[in-house]
Amino acid sequence: MIATVQAVSDVQILDMEQIELREVNATLQRAPSTNYTQFEILNTRGSHAIAVGLDAEIEVIVKGSTGYYCAGMNQRATVHVTGSVGPGVAENMMSGTVIVDGDASQYAGATAHGGLLVIKGNASSRCGISMKGIDIVVHGNIGHMSAFMAQKGNLVVLGDAGDALGDSLYEARLFVRGSVKSLGADCIEKEMRAEHLDILADLLARAGADAKPQDFKRYGSARKLYHFNVDHADAY
Amino acid sequence: MNDTPQTMPRQSWTFSNEVNAEIRRAAHTGIYDIRGGGAKRRVPHFDDLLFLGASMSRYPLEGYREKCETGVTLGTRFASKPIELKIPITIAGMSFGSLSGPAKEALGRGASLAGTSTTTGDGGMTEEERGHSEKLVYQYLPSRYGMNPDDLRRADAIEVVVGQGAKPGGGGMLLGQKITERVAGMRDLPIGIDQRSACRHPDWTGPDDLEIKILELREITSWEKPIYIKIGGARPYYDVALSVKAGADVIVLDGMQGGTAATQDVFIENVGTPTLACIRPAVRALQDLGMHRKVQLVVSGGIRTGADVAKALALGADAVSIGTAALVALGDNDPKWEQEYRALGTTTGAYDDWHEGRDPAGITTQDPDLMARLDPVEAGRRLRNYLNVLTLECQTLARACGKSHVHNLEPEDLVALTIEAAAMAQVPLAGTDWIPGKGGF
Repeated sequence: MIATVQAVSDVQILDMEQIELREVNATLQRAPSTNYTQFEILNTRGSHAIAVGLDAEIEVIVKGSTGYYCAGMNQRATVHVTGSVGPGVAENMMSGTVIVDGDASQYAGATAHGGLLVIKGNASSRCGISMKGIDIVVHGNIGHMSAFMAQKGNLVVLGDAGDALGDSLYEARLFVRGSVKSLGADCIEKEMRAEHLDILADLLARAGADAKPQDFKRYGSARKLYHFNVDHADAY
Repeated sequence: MNDTPQTMPRQSWTFSNEVNAEIRRAAHTGIYDIRGGGAKRRVPHFDDLLFLGASMSRYPLEGYREKCETGVTLGTRFASKPIELKIPITIAGMSFGSLSGPAKEALGRGASLAGTSTTTGDGGMTEEERGHSEKLVYQYLPSRYGMNPDDLRRADAIEVVVGQGAKPGGGGMLLGQKITERVAGMRDLPIGIDQRSACRHPDWTGPDDLEIKILELREITSWEKPIYIKIGGARPYYDVALSVKAGADVIVLDGMQGGTAATQDVFIENVGTPTLACIRPAVRALQDLGMHRKVQLVVSGGIRTGADVAKALALGADAVSIGTAALVALGDNDPKWEQEYRALGTTTGAYDDWHEGRDPAGITTQDPDLMARLDPVEAGRRLRNYLNVLTLECQTLARACGKSHVHNLEPEDLVALTIEAAAMAQVPLAGTDWIPGKGGF
């Protein structure tokens, strides 16, 4: 299959019209043992599980749109999708950066422990569900039940948030510039302190977002569901 | 003295003392009862089946002289590195957090000595269990606590947990007493809070999505690892068929007697299907798809003896899995702690408040003093012994039926003692050729 992997200057081209998904991912996963640090994936045709399980400081440009779980469990790599992504982009990411020029379907950044996910369009429902340390910046809007049971990390939304934002939230920080349709159980608006403005300014800069930290509101956990209390049973 | 004959005080069957005590407890606390373990109610079980043994039409194998193989290979469908086990008995998933570090180590030691696998649980993989488990199955759960690609790659198999027998459709709760600094760190949670585990996965819904999720897991692990799907005993025919469709290498089917670390008692006792009732529909689904023995079936929930193992295999399972029995082998509910059980308001054999972290045996706890009571080397040796006995018992029964491999046991070797068991296991009622539901009635 080597013959179907084209090398153009220092960029290795992986054309999915010519090679199967397994070869694409195997090539990217083998990157630490090669001299290549830059890759382009062509003709993605909405394929699932593109560029998953990477663990190297490489740059991968995905030309087009993808299906489920693009850049899943990423470690250290930078993955840039020029189109839109299906459900679960950068799910369980540990480190590195994932940039989506278009929109993201549901579960973007689900359960991810680290790294930066930038979505330049909108993200659908359950963005940042169960996030465990990732930073997510969405230039557009996010859908309902986003940051459900979010544990750690930061979710920044330049647009609006849908219903039940931050339901059953733990310690993740949520920053929204636009409107919030409703807050989920145990999620409340919190004071924006200087430390939060600093975090926000840094994230906006890293995500290439033209916005002022002062225009955002911060949301977090009221911590009333941290210990089961029958008097709060209606909230469960 | 009044010598008029008196009516005997009569207790209500409906409102028994046990029921009334629970009503009073609920009225006092305002919250349902949470406990560990599986269903305690009597349900049709393997005890209701008997082996026929050899006779004029079947000849037995000589005990201890003629071979009766016990090896099993799991994950032959897609994985490039299937798991080879010496015995058809595995250790079920139990979490670090619910169990202590020494208990996880003991499970790994015992399983490895016996030539079988152990399984992680909610909360991630610990060095204790990886280091001491020759074969380790890494559970992929809805909470994804501690989930990371490095541990995925160093696992020997991956088990996607869709449900468990004690609570099909339910999530979990680990109370704050057990969320120590180490447990909290592994789960990315604040120390000491009640930790909830979601009831469904955060990034897929249904078998079509799961097929894609499994593709992702295979791509991340280079198609090496067997992928198990664990399901609770609910609708076994359809759940197994859909698991095959989703791409499972192995299906783990857990009946309602299977244990949990902590869930509502009302859930444990009232949701799910007995293990005995799950196996035949599951096997039929595999057979209908031409996948029996190609996708391996592991059955769990109430396996206690080699007879249970043999009966599960005879009904079509490839292997069984034990959880509660393994904990008892380690030392759970041991009579030597009776005084302490009484101080906790319970007694030996009934202790099930595993979630409270006060286990006198040092197994279901994170208390350093209690944990220190369990010697993982000695406990591991006990588990090895117990697994060996299960295997010997299973071989004994298989030889009596003339089988040179425990997988050669078959439903035709069995009869049932009750109509219910005959119907569930689809074997004849003893002394008849009647299988309820077959032949028109």
